[in-house]
Amino acid sequence: MRTAGVIVALGIALLLQTMLAGMSIGGATIVNLVLVAVVYVALAYGAATGLLAGAVGGLLQDALAGGIVGVGSLPKTLVGFMVGVLGAQFIVSQPVPRFVLFVGATLVHELCFQAVYALVEFRAFHMQYSATLTQAVVNAAIGLIAFQAVEWGPGLVQRRDSRRAAFSSRRRF
Amino acid sequence: MRWACSWWLVAGSPLLDIRRRTGVLLLVATIGHVLLISAQVQSKSGVRVLQEVTFSVFSRVQGSAAGVLHGGRNLWGNYVGLRGMRGDNEVLRKQVAELEVRLQEQRALAARTVSLQALLNLQSTVSVPTVAADVIAGNPNPGMRTVTINRGSADGVQADMAVIGPSGIIGRVVAPVASRAAHVQLLVDRNAAAGALIERTRAGGMVVGSDKDPPLRMELVSNVMEVNPGDTVVTSGVDGIYPKGFAIGRVESSERGPELYRAITVRPFVDFSGLEEVLVVLVQARPATPDQTGAPGEAGPAPRTPAGARAPAGGAAPAGAPRPGGTRSPGERR
Repeated sequence: MRTAGVIVALGIALLLQTMLAGMSIGGATIVNLVLVAVVYVALAYGAATGLLAGAVGGLLQDALAGGIVGVGSLPKTLVGFMVGVLGAQFIVSQPVPRFVLFVGATLVHELCFQAVYALVEFRAFHMQYSATLTQAVVNAAIGLIAFQAVEWGPGLVQRRDSRRAAFSSRRRF
Repeated sequence: MRWACSWWLVAGSPLLDIRRRTGVLLLVATIGHVLLISAQVQSKSGVRVLQEVTFSVFSRVQGSAAGVLHGGRNLWGNYVGLRGMRGDNEVLRKQVAELEVRLQEQRALAARTVSLQALLNLQSTVSVPTVAADVIAGNPNPGMRTVTINRGSADGVQADMAVIGPSGIIGRVVAPVASRAAHVQLLVDRNAAAGALIERTRAGGMVVGSDKDPPLRMELVSNVMEVNPGDTVVTSGVDGIYPKGFAIGRVESSERGPELYRAITVRPFVDFSGLEEVLVVLVQARPATPDQTGAPGEAGPAPRTPAGARAPAGGAAPAGAPRPGGTRSPGERR
């Protein structure tokens, strides 16, 4: 069940990411939904699942992007592992710690991504800090919304079902 | 079915549950990514990074293995394989010693051949009758510079006969003369003397032996005569022993003397320390005559130089000079 949920989450994130590929700030992508999914999985299921999700999601993203396969998945693997370890060590059930983790994970991911590209392409390290910060905030916001949606979703359904049940019994009497 | 069940049991065991070994998983994933990226990226030389790294690492392994093999081969060749080399070494040492002895013999033979060739050339150019002789012994008395030759009265050798060599005058035969051996007084002996003259200026004098270096002095040359270092000294023939015109040596120093005569030292052409073959001039010694000495500037037989060239002959003994040649008495020495 967990594996299926992770795969579904990554698939949805990849689908949405390809749809939002045109949204960019200064040539940099405004949001990285696959990274959001990886961080979410790492916070929800731990470091091992997080790094596996990062590896799989990154590989799929690289394969779809058409570049060097592995350049994007290696940072995501590291971020998934890191976030999983931090999530196990600290209490991150509140929105603020989660926001900080999402922002930090995005920054670390971008840092690793640019470093790997600099190594692979034999060029100097270059990082667009403003675009990276923007992406970090957007990722964090989307991640918080996803967490809230998942946590509130079952409660909403349950309240709606109970409300419907109460309404129907009232009409019966 | 049984295989699938066993696989499920193994994979589900805590030992192989990868989720419980996150560090190992991270390491494997990181290495896998590095390999994956390296397989796609080319290095600056155009070769894929994975190939380059693999080749580099493998070449180091190959180098290490080759080094180990080389070391083992050296160990085998230098130690184990040399067990029988000690005996071979001894045999080779003996062979080297024998060959060195043979080499020395061959060198001596070659030197003797060269010497005999020079002597043969001299014998063919000398107009006087000669007989070749080998030096068979030296003189055990350091004060007497004589040698013994293997020719004697049976070969026509008599006392006061001149002994010459390819380089110049050597000495004279002294009595007693045996039938198959004779003593030769070297010119460098302190009691030996020979009539001589400077080849360039025809200045006459007498060459005597000495114990100094150079071992010859030229005496009775007037201070008014010009004698320079480097001048060649040849026999004058006035002594009646040595044939005229044979080379003696080269003037090494010439200084004006305190009395009537110059002080001249002469370096002999002959190496008296290495005499092996000589020629004995089979001409009986005769008293010197004015005709034999000749006058300065008089044309005569050209003197023989060490190089075989012939120079103008002539020269005269100074007036009142003692008769050179033969053995002087101690009172004759100046």
